[in-house]
Amino acid sequence: MKQTLLTLRNLTKQFDGKKVLDALDLDIFDGEFLTLLGPSGCGKTTLLRMMAGFEHPDEGSITLGGQDLTYTEPEYRPLNTVFQNYALFPHMSVFDNVAYGLKMEKRPKDEIRQRVEEALAMVQLEDFMRRKPHQLSGGQQQRVAIARAVVKRPKVLLLDEPLSALDYKLRRTMQVELKRLQRELGITFIFVTHDQEEALSMSDRVVVLKDGLIQQLGTPREVYERPANLFTARFVGETNFFPGTVDNTNDDDTITVDVFGLKRTFRKPDFSVSPGQPLHVLLRPEDIRVLAPSDEDGVAGKVVERNYKGSTLDSVIHLDDGTEVLASEFFDEDDPTFDYRLGEPVRVSWVDGWEWLLPAEPEDVPEEDAIDA
Amino acid sequence: MRNLMQQPFRTAVLVLVWGWLLFLVLTPNLLVVGASLMTRDPATFISLPLTLDAYRQLLNPLYLDVFLNSLYMAAMTTLICLLVGYPFAWALSKVGKRHQVLLIFLLVVPFWTNSLVRTYALKLILATNGLLNNGLMALGWIDEPVQLLYTEFAVIIGLVYLLLPFMILPLYSVFEDLREDLLRASHDLGAGRLATFVHVIVPLTLPGVLAGVMLVLLPAMGLFFVPDILGGSRNLLVGNVIKNQFLDARNWPFGAAASIMLTLAMALLMFAHKLSKRRIGEDGV
Repeated sequence: MKQTLLTLRNLTKQFDGKKVLDALDLDIFDGEFLTLLGPSGCGKTTLLRMMAGFEHPDEGSITLGGQDLTYTEPEYRPLNTVFQNYALFPHMSVFDNVAYGLKMEKRPKDEIRQRVEEALAMVQLEDFMRRKPHQLSGGQQQRVAIARAVVKRPKVLLLDEPLSALDYKLRRTMQVELKRLQRELGITFIFVTHDQEEALSMSDRVVVLKDGLIQQLGTPREVYERPANLFTARFVGETNFFPGTVDNTNDDDTITVDVFGLKRTFRKPDFSVSPGQPLHVLLRPEDIRVLAPSDEDGVAGKVVERNYKGSTLDSVIHLDDGTEVLASEFFDEDDPTFDYRLGEPVRVSWVDGWEWLLPAEPEDVPEEDAIDA
Repeated sequence: MRNLMQQPFRTAVLVLVWGWLLFLVLTPNLLVVGASLMTRDPATFISLPLTLDAYRQLLNPLYLDVFLNSLYMAAMTTLICLLVGYPFAWALSKVGKRHQVLLIFLLVVPFWTNSLVRTYALKLILATNGLLNNGLMALGWIDEPVQLLYTEFAVIIGLVYLLLPFMILPLYSVFEDLREDLLRASHDLGAGRLATFVHVIVPLTLPGVLAGVMLVLLPAMGLFFVPDILGGSRNLLVGNVIKNQFLDARNWPFGAAASIMLTLAMALLMFAHKLSKRRIGEDGV
């Protein structure tokens, strides 16, 4: 049912001897909302520019519906771009900006007028046609940039961190709006961002990139709940990594793992495990349960930070062995006194079955590399 | 009034600036306007009654001819400066930062030498037995020296030589501000190189073009020493006319009227420049 529209094969690109893209393969489906997610320098912008035609790969090919586009000039590609800083022509009115692409196609005047008006109505800017870009707010300029790109009815819309210049609230609004536009137009959207929250909330599929290599390709849920490696786990959302050691492999497709001296039973992961093998037990902050010090379960620690977030209470807990644990708990309506004091002793536990296991990697990524956004 | 006392520094600066403008800019210009409206007097240079004779004299076909010829030479100068300066400035904005500094330095170095001296140097190059003719003959490209000096060509070359940096610098500044992503956007929307040049690059560099034209065209009409040194008797600029009226013919009202014509032309160009900037929203309107 899902038809491949854009096929990227073996894309490789070097800048000054540094590999920005490394033999990258990717199939993009017709009509999907695909996000390229990664820290700066991961190759996502280079990849987008290659699809737009502003860069050419050293090796590899780009085909769209069977047509080779690898070295086609941007002006002949049925793809359009929404640029990071909008790139609106400052000397043209909003109308002329949006009409530019159609004028280049030498469309009849009436058709241009009608299509530009439609496109501007779609982004609720039909009353601003005569304005110049500098007379508009950032959010409005963003809408013009989108209208200017979609008015050409491209097969694929490329969006290069289009929301990064907007403030938080406006960004949320535009996220919803972009999603709506994509549904209405049925155009394939390829969206570049370093904001994992944005990626998760908007996309049909997310491509996690690092050092020019695809770390993971999957639905937002797969990427969040079942990260393929430590990098993805660190980059997408907050995660607690507990060091574990395989204690025993059981017959019922479970394994027993020693975590902080606790023997816990987990589902058998899809990589091979043997007793004595070290592995990572990943738990999202919302999977963590903070218990009273009198509780038998869990590991002892004390609260070192608490952040009231409105709907949740986020806390940082130091275990006795020095491990830092992030916990995010929803307010318990039955317990009006639910809160912690700094330094309060607690015990930390979790619900078995919510964990995700990853093998210990030989070159474990240093923490700094993962933090970019 | 209390404000003035409270901010002595601010007040001092304002007084200085306004004083400067009043006594060194406004007053001399008013005097020129005044002189242009007076009657010529061989003894005291100017005298009453007020008259528009000087302006009437400007319409004299003889001077109209000089003015048109001067405008022609200045326009040619400007055109050549633009044709050379535009691609030069474009390239300048593209080369690496280190080369950029060097090239701009080379562009500015000639300013350290008096332009009169440089014009004489040019004379040595263009003379019948000058560097250029001798060089061309040595190369066998020409058999006998070509008359270069004392021609319109020499005047235009001289003006271009002196004024080219004034064209390049404002153009360089607009090319520096030309955002790469606008060109990308243009290509992305289906425009080829030529269409992008016509619809995006030219309009966005127009303020620089007009600034350059302003800085070249008007001085080119006024640099009287260039035709004096390089030109023949027929290659006069408006500047020569003004100079002659004040120093030789002693007709101050007419000289003043001619210089007011130049000032008005300047004002017109500045107005056009302002409009072009407003178009791309740089004026903050």
